[in-house]
Amino acid sequence: MKRTTRLFAIAAIGPLALTACGGDGFEDSAGGEAGESQAPASAEGPVELSMLIASSGDAETDAVEEAAAAWAEESGNSVEVTVASDMNQELAQGFAGGSPADVFYLDAGAFATNAEAGNLYAYEAEDNGDFYEPLREAFTYEGQQYCAPKDFSTLGLVINQTMWEEAGLGEDDVPTTYDELMQVADTLTTDDVTGLVLSPGIDRLGAFVVGSGGWWMNEDNTEPTADTPEVLQGLQVAQDLVSSGSGALSSQVDTGWGGEAFGTGRAAMTIEGNWIKGAMQNDYPDVDYTVAELPEGPAGPGTLLFTQCWGVAAQSDAQAQAVDLVNHLTSAEQQMAFADAFGVMPSRESVSEEYTEAYPEDAAFIAGGDYGHGPINVPGIADVVADLNSQLENIGNADLQSVVESFDSNAEAVLGQ
Amino acid sequence: MRTRDPQRQPVAGWLFITPMLVILGLFLAAPIVMALWVSVSDWTGRGSPFSGEVSFVGAQNYRDLLGADGLARQDFMTSMRNTFYYVLGVVPVQTVLALLLAVIVNQKFLRGRTFFRTAFYFPSVVSSVAISLVFLFLFTGTGAVNQFLALFGISGPNWFADPRGVLHVTGDALGLWEVGSPPQALTGTEVLSLSLWEWISGPSVALSAIMLQVVWTTAGTFMLMFLAALQDLPAEVDEAAMVDGANTWQRFMNVTVPHLRPTILLVLTLGVIGTWQVFDQVYVMTDGGPAKTTLTPAYLSFQTAFTNLDFPRGAAIAFLLFALIFLLTQAQRFLLRDKDEAAQRRAERRQRRQHPRTRTETPA
Repeated sequence: MKRTTRLFAIAAIGPLALTACGGDGFEDSAGGEAGESQAPASAEGPVELSMLIASSGDAETDAVEEAAAAWAEESGNSVEVTVASDMNQELAQGFAGGSPADVFYLDAGAFATNAEAGNLYAYEAEDNGDFYEPLREAFTYEGQQYCAPKDFSTLGLVINQTMWEEAGLGEDDVPTTYDELMQVADTLTTDDVTGLVLSPGIDRLGAFVVGSGGWWMNEDNTEPTADTPEVLQGLQVAQDLVSSGSGALSSQVDTGWGGEAFGTGRAAMTIEGNWIKGAMQNDYPDVDYTVAELPEGPAGPGTLLFTQCWGVAAQSDAQAQAVDLVNHLTSAEQQMAFADAFGVMPSRESVSEEYTEAYPEDAAFIAGGDYGHGPINVPGIADVVADLNSQLENIGNADLQSVVESFDSNAEAVLGQ
Repeated sequence: MRTRDPQRQPVAGWLFITPMLVILGLFLAAPIVMALWVSVSDWTGRGSPFSGEVSFVGAQNYRDLLGADGLARQDFMTSMRNTFYYVLGVVPVQTVLALLLAVIVNQKFLRGRTFFRTAFYFPSVVSSVAISLVFLFLFTGTGAVNQFLALFGISGPNWFADPRGVLHVTGDALGLWEVGSPPQALTGTEVLSLSLWEWISGPSVALSAIMLQVVWTTAGTFMLMFLAALQDLPAEVDEAAMVDGANTWQRFMNVTVPHLRPTILLVLTLGVIGTWQVFDQVYVMTDGGPAKTTLTPAYLSFQTAFTNLDFPRGAAIAFLLFALIFLLTQAQRFLLRDKDEAAQRRAERRQRRQHPRTRTETPA
């Protein structure tokens, strides 16, 4: 009897306490309603902005902190930079609690979901047209661009120069078609070395799909189009590579990703993005390598593009200042400074020339900015993509037709909601 | 001693438990009520779930997970299958191992008892994240475990990248079926979005490696509980059994184990609860892969909520997991109840029914 009374008491107190603490969080958020473009909330006087970043290391953290401090000094505001250890989770926590960071890194893969949930304040940075078009598209949801691309990465063909020469290959042999890619991979394959090793999943294999002229979704992202000859053709290229033995997924050669297989000499070639530079420098400084553009598919050049943007929270009460900060961070000069500090590629076309002059070895990566394809840009699609990836883990023996069919039906279910 | 004013006593009582009520209400009851509401709402994770913008959608999320064929149910059922095999493997092994270790270190004449007690308990006090990282290295394709196996001419699998089901592989080895071309009867029939073939896969090689790790880590914790209970066992009882001519095994089965029944129940219950909720190892080591074979309900719930920003479905998964654990522990309590005691209670009840006069002031 006593116990039931106590339980009732708890049940009665609970919701009361909740409404009390949940209340103000919601009031705050009324400012930037569902990311509609409207006059930014602008706090009076000097503000204290909070910034949440997912840093690749000390070099990046220091560079961002320095840039933010420079803006703070100039504008009379202050910025506190926090490094997230689990970006998705910490962002979601902020939005739910009503006090997210004012400015944050937002990955293109998570963008649509956040835009749909109304977490983002839509803005355009100064000289918006200067950003690469595929990048702007990656941050456009239902016809509206929400945020300014921070930087970008593309995939290139990374070649172990020593093995290349040992196999008797020269500069002219760098593959320009998928057939040539298969041939050189075959030539480079020995007992201990696999010609081409890829990290699993559509973030690598998708490059062949783009080169074959296909994509998982139609252009407006309203319908899945995986079950089309182009997509199947692209996946077939990857399957042929793996089943022929001259290609392999990184998990098959006991490594965590393509870069590790490449660095440890288990692969003669891999397809990775410009982040591989850092890994090679730190972990495998003795490997001599070059980077070429990905070979062209039947539909022309195709690569994948990865990018993040500077998100501004819909719930922020200092959006004007936040956008001002982003303008500072995406200025041509600042983008070059970031490139020097931690090796990212500027998202502005006007900086590309300066960048390729400073880093000629990255020409292949920069070139991808013109024809690369960003991630699947549909809200709530993460688990469908995860399912696709898990089915492609065994691409050597996978039944591609059923893989694309299941993607289409799963994606349709998400879009239909 | 009597209080002067008996009327005031309840007030004082309430006053005393108020701090506890507030704390429990704020940190336990309120979040649960909140999560329950979220699981039947369309909250997007922005602002308070109790605001006017959020509306009630009924059992929609539960239907997606249980009733409707789709990716949601497929993922949920995959996670259920994985965890079922996980629990089935881990709980019995860790319980038996813990009991065994406890009996060993309870020997009066064992040298270095303290050392062994500490050594066996040690994994329990180390952070599971640290242990997970060590196991990642031990179980890589060229790691220590495979090098050890190679000494015996066994070429070990690439543990954490191997999605093959252990039962699939065993069946293949026994000639029951071929993994390459599984029997049509099994692949053709779908139950709850997974084919029978997928249901009977057993834990994957990757999941088995996690199971080994968990058994190794938790056996020490439970050993401590058994050890405490063993030290409660009066030496006289054991000696009496010895005088009666019972050998070691008989004494263990007929004296020690019955004495440990409450502890065994405790260890099994904690084991079942803990294993169904497995999360850290998956988060640190595998992210649910390879091929979703280490996906567990707890991890799926987290992923659904924070990666896909589908908080309602994530909460629904959590509540289904809660319901399952609740049912299982109740079933377990029933199965492991003291049969003599239960029979005695039943007999008493029967007696009371037959002689209603003995019952206190209940109208007939």
